[in-house]
Amino acid sequence: MKVALLSGGRSLERGVSLRSGARVAEALTNLGHEVETFDLTADLVPGLEKCRPDVAFIALHGTEGEDGTIQALLQLLGIPHTGPGIAACHRCMDKSLSKHILREAGLPTPDWVTYSEAAIRDFGAASSFQRAVDSLGLPLVAKPASQGSSLGVKVVTRVEDIPAALISALSYDSRALLESWVGGRELAVSVIGDQVLPIVEAIPTDNNAYDFEARYEIGGASFACPADLDDDVASEVSQVALAAYNTLGCSGFSRVDLMLGDDGPQILEINAIPGLTETSLFPQAAEAAGIEFEAMVGQILDLAVPQDP
Amino acid sequence: MRSSAMRDMMAITARPEIISLAGGLPDTSTFPSETFAAEMDRITRTAVAEVLQYGPTEGTVLVREQITKIMAAEGMTVDAADVTVTTGGQQAIDLITKILIDPGDILICDAPTYPGAIPTFCSYEADIIQIECDADGMRMDLLEQTIADLAAKGRKPKFIYSIPTFQNPGGVTLSLERRKRLVALARQHEILVVEDNPYGLLRYEGETVPTLYSLDGGNYVVYIGTLSKILSAGLRIGWLVSPTPIREKVVLGKGASDLCTSSLTQDFAGHYFAHDPWREYVDELVGIYRNRRDAMIGAMSEYFPHGASWNKPHGGLFIWATLPDVLNTADLLAKALTKGVAFVPGTAAYVDGRGASSMRLNFSGVKEDEIIEGIRRIGSVAQEHLALYETMTNTNEMRLPDLDENGGNS
Repeated sequence: MKVALLSGGRSLERGVSLRSGARVAEALTNLGHEVETFDLTADLVPGLEKCRPDVAFIALHGTEGEDGTIQALLQLLGIPHTGPGIAACHRCMDKSLSKHILREAGLPTPDWVTYSEAAIRDFGAASSFQRAVDSLGLPLVAKPASQGSSLGVKVVTRVEDIPAALISALSYDSRALLESWVGGRELAVSVIGDQVLPIVEAIPTDNNAYDFEARYEIGGASFACPADLDDDVASEVSQVALAAYNTLGCSGFSRVDLMLGDDGPQILEINAIPGLTETSLFPQAAEAAGIEFEAMVGQILDLAVPQDP
Repeated sequence: MRSSAMRDMMAITARPEIISLAGGLPDTSTFPSETFAAEMDRITRTAVAEVLQYGPTEGTVLVREQITKIMAAEGMTVDAADVTVTTGGQQAIDLITKILIDPGDILICDAPTYPGAIPTFCSYEADIIQIECDADGMRMDLLEQTIADLAAKGRKPKFIYSIPTFQNPGGVTLSLERRKRLVALARQHEILVVEDNPYGLLRYEGETVPTLYSLDGGNYVVYIGTLSKILSAGLRIGWLVSPTPIREKVVLGKGASDLCTSSLTQDFAGHYFAHDPWREYVDELVGIYRNRRDAMIGAMSEYFPHGASWNKPHGGLFIWATLPDVLNTADLLAKALTKGVAFVPGTAAYVDGRGASSMRLNFSGVKEDEIIEGIRRIGSVAQEHLALYETMTNTNEMRLPDLDENGGNS
C-alpha cells in the first residue's frame, strides 16, 4: 500500500511525534509498504493530493494532529487514516469535555472545575477559588484543558498558590482545569481495535508524589508491564478504560490514563494518539501482549477506515 | 533541559517560522565567499588525497600551531605540543569529564552554567555542585566555603568547570581579583580548573581580562577553546590544552571516540588562520554582534514588564533576563512559541530547578529587526500573564454566584 506518514507538526509534542514517526516509517517499510512522510507545512494538502496515498498513518500528537484538525482535512481529501475520527479527537483533546461525557456515562473521573482565561480576566472568576477549594479539597491539580504531556501541570497545596498554577496551565491553552488530587497508582491502559492490552504502571522512583515534572525526567519513573494487580482489579481497570474508549467514540487505537486509588480507578485522560517511541507506553503494552512493534503498526494500519462525515 | 517534556518542546524552535533567540548560533552569513572558494580551490588543486584521509588523533600540526597563535591573541603562551584538537568545544568538555569523573565524583560549576554541559556531566554521573554567580562571575566566598565543607566530609571536587569570560548563559565576566583567587585556590587545594573560553575574542566594550590559563601558566588550569564563534560552528573544531599526563589520556579518549577530527576542516581552518586576515573577520563579527546586543537591550527596555531585570554583557552571545517571580519561563515559552518566538528557559542552566523565572536570550543568530520583534512578542506574552495574575490576586475577596456541579463557571 501507499502510506502517507504524518509526523512532526507544530505542537509542543513535535519531538515525540518525530520520534514516533521515524519508528513507524521503518516498520511500514519493513512491512512492504511504500511510505511518503509529511510534516505539517503549507505543502501538506498539495503534497497529499499529488501523492494520493491509500491511507494516512497519523503519528502526530497534541494540537492540530490529535485534535481533529488533520483528521478533518484527510476526510475532505477522502484519505482513510489511522486512529480515532474527528469527533473522538475533539472529545479526547478537551479534558473538560471528555470528563463531562464520562460523568454523564457514569464513568469515574475526579471532580473538577474549568476556568477560561476570559472568565478570569473579564468576569472576576478568581473570587471563586476558595469555593473551588471547598468543593475539590486540597491538594488539587491545575492542568491545561488540552495538553497531552506533563507540561503546565502543577499541584496546588494552598489556595493562594492557585493564581500562579493557573498562569502556568493557561500558558498552554485558553482554559485550565482544577482537579481533585487522587492518590494511588498511575496506570495506562492501551486499546487497539477492541482489544485491551496489558496494563502499564508508572512507578515514580522518588518520594515526592506531587512532583509531576520528576516523572518525566530520565529515570524519574520506572514502568511495569503488565502491572502487578490482582486479576479482579486488573479486570475492573480494563473494563473502565474500554468503556471510556468506547464512550468517547475512539477507534483504531488510543490510551486511557487512570489513577487507581482506594475508591477504585479514576479516569484522568484519554490520549487519542498515544506516543509510539522506543520509551512510549503503548508499544510496551503491545509487546507484553506478544505483539511486536511491526505487527502492532500493521494492525493499526488495518484498522484505518474512512471516517463518516 | 533534563525534562524530556521540555526537550520535546524545544524541538519546535527548529521550525522556520520561529524567531529563535534560543540557540547560540554565530552569524556565518558574512563570511567572505571568495575566501571560502579560494581555500576550497587550493584544497582541490593540492590536497585532495590528504584531506580525504584520516589524520593524527591529536590534530594536525598546522592547526595546532595556528591555535597557539589564536591563544596568543588573548595573551596566552602555549606550546603546540600541548594542544589537542577536538571535534568542537563540546567534545573537549566530554573528554575531560570522561577521563576525570567516575560516577559520584564531585564537579563544581557556575550557577547558572552552560546548558549543553549539564547532559555531559550527568551522563558520566557526576555529583554536580553549582556555585552562584553575581555581576563579577562565580562567587569565590561560596566556592571557598563549599571546598571547606567538602573537605570536612573528606571529599574534594575532581574539577571546577567555568566560562569566566562572557559566561554562557549569564553573560557575566569573572573579575580579575576573583580570577587570581580562583587560581590560588586551585593551587592551594590542588584542584583542576577547566576554563571554557569560546567568546573571549568577542568583546564589545571594556578592558580585556587575562584568562585563568595565563594567570596559572597551565599547571592547574585546563583550557578549552573553539573556532565555532570566530570562524565557523560547522567546521566542528575545538581544542583542549592540558598538562601532559591529562593530555595523554585525552588523546586516548579521543581516539576511542572518533579517531580524529575531520582532516578536511582542519586543513581549511589551518590555512585560513595561517594566511587570511582572520582578525579582521572577528572584528567585523564584533561590530555586528555589538549592534545586535544593543538592539536587544533597547527592545527589552521598551517591551519587558516592570520588575524584569537583565545584564548588559560586555561580550559573548547571551543576555540573561529575570522576570517577576510569579512567571515561570518554561511555561511562558509555550505561549511564546505560539507567537513564533523561542528562548531558553532558565531551569536549563541549573541541575536543581533554580532559574524558573529567568531566561537566556541569544543575540548573535538573528538580525536586529527580528531581535526587536522577538523581544516585543516575549514582552507582550509576559505582560499578558502578569496582568492575568494581578487580576487574580486583587479580586480574591469578591464572591460570585454559586458554581454549578462541574466547571459551571468556565
